[in-house]
Amino acid sequence: MAETKEKSLSDEKPKPRVRPIVRLGIFLISHSFLVSVVCCTAGVLALFLLPVLAKNTYISENALMPGSASPMLSNQHVSDGNRLVKDLTNPNSKSSETGIESHKIIAQYMLDLGAEVSFHKFHPQMNQFHPLHFFSSPVSGKIQENYSCSSYGINTVGIIRAPRGDGKEAIVLVTPYNALKSGFGEALSLGIAYSVFSLLTQVTWLAKDIIWLVADSQYGEYAAVAAWLREYQSPKFSSLSTPNAEMCPDVNNLFELKGHSISGSKFSNSFRRAGTMAAALVLKVRDQNEQFEDTISIYAEASNGQMPNLDLINVVNYLAVHRQGLRVNVEKLWPLLNSSWLKSLGEIFESLAKVAKSLYPKWKFGIPATEYVEGTATLASSLYYQALGVPTGPHGAFRDYQVDAITLEISPKFSLDKVWRNDILLRGGRLIEGVIRSVNNLLEKFHQSFFLYLLTSPSKFVSVGVYMIAFALLIAPLPMVAASLYVDANSSSNYSKGDSSTPSAITDTDEHGIAIRSWRWLNSAKLVFIVHLWGAIVSLLPYFISQIPDCSPTTSFMIWVLLSILSLLTSNSVLASPLACAKATQEKEWALVKSVTISSVFIGLGLMSVINFATAEIGALLMVPMCLLARPLKLDVRAGTLRSFCRLICNLVLGHIAFPPAAFFLLKGMLDGFGNANVGDFWMWVESLWAWNSATYLFIGMVQLPCWVLCVSILFHTC
Amino acid sequence: MVLLQRPHILLLLIDTHQFLQCWIAFGSANEEGQQQEEFSEELLVKPLPDHKLLAHFHFQSSAPPSTSNGCHHHLFPKAISQLVQKFRVKEMELSFTQGRWNYESWGGFDPISSSNAKPPGVELWAVFDVPQHHIDASWKNLTHTLSGLFCASINFLESTATYSTPEWSFPPASGNVRYGTFPCEAVCTENLTPWLRLLPCRDKAGIALLLDRPSLYRGFYHSQRLHLTSTESSSEGIDSGIILEQTLTVVLQPNSERAIEVHASEKHVQPSWSLSSIFGKQVSGRCVLAKSSSVYLLLDWGLVAELKFPNKENGKSAANGLTSENFWSNPSFELSVNPDRIFLEESSSHSKSLSILYMFQVEKYSESEPFDIGLMWKVPVAWLCQQTPLHASRFFMGSGNERGAIAISLKSTQFTEGFMSANSKDGSCELRVDVFQVVPWYVKVYFHSLRVFVDQQPRAVSDFIEKIHVSPSKDKMSPGVMEVVLKLPCRVNTAALTIEFDKGFLRIDEYPPDANQGFDIPSAIISFPNFHASMVFLEDDSLNRSPLLSKFQEKCPVMSYTEVLLVPLTTPDFSMPYNVSTIKCTVFALYFGSLLNVLQRRVAEEERFLKAKAAKKTGRLPLLLSKLSAKLRGSGINQD
Repeated sequence: MAETKEKSLSDEKPKPRVRPIVRLGIFLISHSFLVSVVCCTAGVLALFLLPVLAKNTYISENALMPGSASPMLSNQHVSDGNRLVKDLTNPNSKSSETGIESHKIIAQYMLDLGAEVSFHKFHPQMNQFHPLHFFSSPVSGKIQENYSCSSYGINTVGIIRAPRGDGKEAIVLVTPYNALKSGFGEALSLGIAYSVFSLLTQVTWLAKDIIWLVADSQYGEYAAVAAWLREYQSPKFSSLSTPNAEMCPDVNNLFELKGHSISGSKFSNSFRRAGTMAAALVLKVRDQNEQFEDTISIYAEASNGQMPNLDLINVVNYLAVHRQGLRVNVEKLWPLLNSSWLKSLGEIFESLAKVAKSLYPKWKFGIPATEYVEGTATLASSLYYQALGVPTGPHGAFRDYQVDAITLEISPKFSLDKVWRNDILLRGGRLIEGVIRSVNNLLEKFHQSFFLYLLTSPSKFVSVGVYMIAFALLIAPLPMVAASLYVDANSSSNYSKGDSSTPSAITDTDEHGIAIRSWRWLNSAKLVFIVHLWGAIVSLLPYFISQIPDCSPTTSFMIWVLLSILSLLTSNSVLASPLACAKATQEKEWALVKSVTISSVFIGLGLMSVINFATAEIGALLMVPMCLLARPLKLDVRAGTLRSFCRLICNLVLGHIAFPPAAFFLLKGMLDGFGNANVGDFWMWVESLWAWNSATYLFIGMVQLPCWVLCVSILFHTC
Repeated sequence: MVLLQRPHILLLLIDTHQFLQCWIAFGSANEEGQQQEEFSEELLVKPLPDHKLLAHFHFQSSAPPSTSNGCHHHLFPKAISQLVQKFRVKEMELSFTQGRWNYESWGGFDPISSSNAKPPGVELWAVFDVPQHHIDASWKNLTHTLSGLFCASINFLESTATYSTPEWSFPPASGNVRYGTFPCEAVCTENLTPWLRLLPCRDKAGIALLLDRPSLYRGFYHSQRLHLTSTESSSEGIDSGIILEQTLTVVLQPNSERAIEVHASEKHVQPSWSLSSIFGKQVSGRCVLAKSSSVYLLLDWGLVAELKFPNKENGKSAANGLTSENFWSNPSFELSVNPDRIFLEESSSHSKSLSILYMFQVEKYSESEPFDIGLMWKVPVAWLCQQTPLHASRFFMGSGNERGAIAISLKSTQFTEGFMSANSKDGSCELRVDVFQVVPWYVKVYFHSLRVFVDQQPRAVSDFIEKIHVSPSKDKMSPGVMEVVLKLPCRVNTAALTIEFDKGFLRIDEYPPDANQGFDIPSAIISFPNFHASMVFLEDDSLNRSPLLSKFQEKCPVMSYTEVLLVPLTTPDFSMPYNVSTIKCTVFALYFGSLLNVLQRRVAEEERFLKAKAAKKTGRLPLLLSKLSAKLRGSGINQD
């Protein structure tokens, strides 16, 4: 590019024909400042416009036909469910300290319905950090350790075979249940599931098998479901090292009871399977409740921001709202609901829409301000949970096997009333029945509707085509600014500082010099590469730190920080001390460093947007302004104008915010208040991220942190 | 028997004298000792342990060799005989099945289940008596003929990618066998009607009158089967002509609505039933063309063992009770009709108890006095059906769209325990298991990855596999076939075979309309050649005339089918191929355009060319353009 410029400068030389696309590129690059300001503003604005642009959900798959059949769940089934609830909450059943009695009760109830029953014993596997197992399938590499007989869980599994079905597909219904300290809510959820199950044993329309999994949640709901799924999808036929749970005396007890009371061979101690899972529903009933209405909350986020097909949420929403009269909730970021600036923003949008409508009556895109605030709060939580990459419930385990699953949490208005209990059993049961019936109607797996979406309310969504725009606008200026910086650094370094406005004065035709100069960016690239390498090392460090026994989160965090700083200093000194070197050779070196940094951030964000869009979006919000604004503080101090002063302030603020722990504490403070913030919290948060194999962890370690370090090094550049 | 004469008399009554000559000729042929066309109808009813009822209709028609009476038939369906003649089919079996046979509660070790439990959908195999290179052509024609005959999509079995050639594991071991299944065929009444048309009385008279469509298809399992054997083509030697065996096996739930009501109080009491209550119809006499027409009630030996128990207290033993009346006035149940005969099983491998067969002659009944048997249970009974030596199940392992594994797991059942104790004296007791597995080509199985686990220990493949035959799949040409003979120790508890595969890609036009449902992998056949399911009932001179009972006496190896599997493959986005191709083309055009531009460009050459041009007089327009571009570029630089 420098060459073309030189040519254009010399008047005698004829000008080569430049293609329009190149010309456009050059134009954009030369106006990169304006372009970046416009794009970033538009990007942020587009993000805030998303609740306005959200579309109403609709059932995309015609075969689902939710609510087309009248519910068959009758009071007979409800009283069956009630019987189970009574038996389970009966104090006699809790006498056993291992909770085996209640498992026996559940199994007996299932058997009485004619279902196939089996127990699945599992050892809880704690999630552990394996540095190389990101993105690997959930099966591989789980190392079995020695477990004692004292710690195992028992999942009770009942299967109804579809009378005339071919058994190729199955629908899973999960109710987490802790036999040791079960609340009334858990028993109630079992009651709902049982009433549906007892209905399904009699119906003739079943085409898919039904699996009811009572997941033993004493070691966590997710662990139980994940263990069952692991056994279902990838059983280990060999059991060389692990002591079998069958050897434990308690478990043998479990089977003895069943042997004589049952006529058929419906009970077996071997693992039972049905076909490919079509969908899974996790059902929970919350114990304590403050609502004035029966509400049902939908949790859908699985690991790394994967979502189930939107149709599944649509079906639940449709049936709950239009058939059972339940209120449907999705998670919201509650602090956002009361923020006045959001409300005023919503009012602005509302009034704008009014103006637009008065101009042309067919433009109807405005939504009321309150709705806007709610939509934004939902959208923010949707983004947040997707970005976190940690599943919000046991349904996350299913998503790892490409099964669409959601968790339904019913929170009834008030408790312990007989009539009320029957009512919630009936309505909850009918909802589950309706969803199962819809999924049962499916001929093909869920594929019609969206997988990539953000919810702004249970019945409104933003699809990928819309929310991509905000992100694309945000990161669009990055390559332009990088190119412009590169050009700038290359051209201006030819001339003495300050003369860059009159470049035509000098004609440097030394080809060799040009060649060397055009490769100078490699120096900066080396620096960026080293910092990224350091980032990789930093993200590996927690694995070793976690091996240290008896370490409180705070000390672990401190060790981590210390080791990180140490390794940064070492790499800096050992690997050619790039910063010092840069200073010696080039004064405009920082521009090149910034240019390469911005390119690497662009690549990192682009990659991340494919893996987990929400992380990339939030990361872009933090990093793009910082990267674009970064400029040595000295230069700004020296310039002393108002503009440079503003830039200085912005740089300082952004430099603080974009530091990952600082961002975390800020967010936490905003959500929970700053009072109980603790240094160890960040460590715990990071621990949870890696335990769930969240790609966000890699993003923070290998994109955001190096980028921050590079930006800070630019800020403190001595030029 | 009198039976033999009756059809002819009736035929005579029905037909005109024109037919008389034919009948005389036929009768004379009969006198010469030649066989004649015969038809028999039978129904077997058997209570199942899980409160259900098995009804097994068995219709058999046989035709003498064609040399005796040309191509004309009296009873035998012409369509079938033409089909046999045309395609020279030696043996053929076609089954339409809906639902799954429950091997655990309905048993797998009796002649009914081992020959009538079929995989869901259509299964067809045929043995041809033609030279090797004609077999495939015959198979294709046969599938199309059957497809037309039975209103089913059997013609999809025509493509070479869907059928296979079992070498030796499939029971009628021969090189001329072709085997194909089509698991996603929806079986319904449109398949039953043509099947009934092959019967001489259709469903207008005789036992077939019971075939009431709604009650049949309300059942839990429904399998209609057509089996034919012919020795016709081997014109020398003894001919037996064509034997067409049509069976319909249904598993029904007797009066289920009552079962719900009495749910709490007497749920272990078997539901009482009668033919009219389960089928909604009664038999008003036999099909007049049938040689024999009878209804059987089979009580399993397991059930008999349970029933005998109260008798034993009274000091009565089972053996001498054969003639006494206590068989139908058992204290635990009551039959509404007195049976005409009672058969006791002659001997059995298990020796615990013997099965009992009640026989009812239908010809005694008429329109005015229809035949209807009923069984009333008085006391709760619970028993188990005899299961296959090993219970087989098959499932997928792994997740994702890339690869996976098929696992076949075998678990010992209560039978093996008994078998093991019986054979424990000689140490080297072995259980032979044959596995026959066909895998479509888009599931690319790696046969080297076959692994064997016995009793939860990974073992060397050569230790347990005696014989293996593998024919790898060819893309879009032929499916992969694996035939394995396993020799397992009798004391085995669990055994498992796993084999890994990669999922292939199909072209967009090869996907079926419902591609997102996934693709079916047909059932594997697990057979136990050392075990034969047969029921020999006490020999009687009239016994060998019943085709059903003689069928029971045949030694057929115990077989079971595994589940059909559904493998989800990656599917393209069918809804917007246009968008995809447009975007792709745009991207490619941009990419290649700019790439070629960069590659082609020679800066020095261009400069020289421009210089030469500048030397000449430049036009006005290029001058203007160049000025403009200079301005543009100049302003760009000035901005910084």
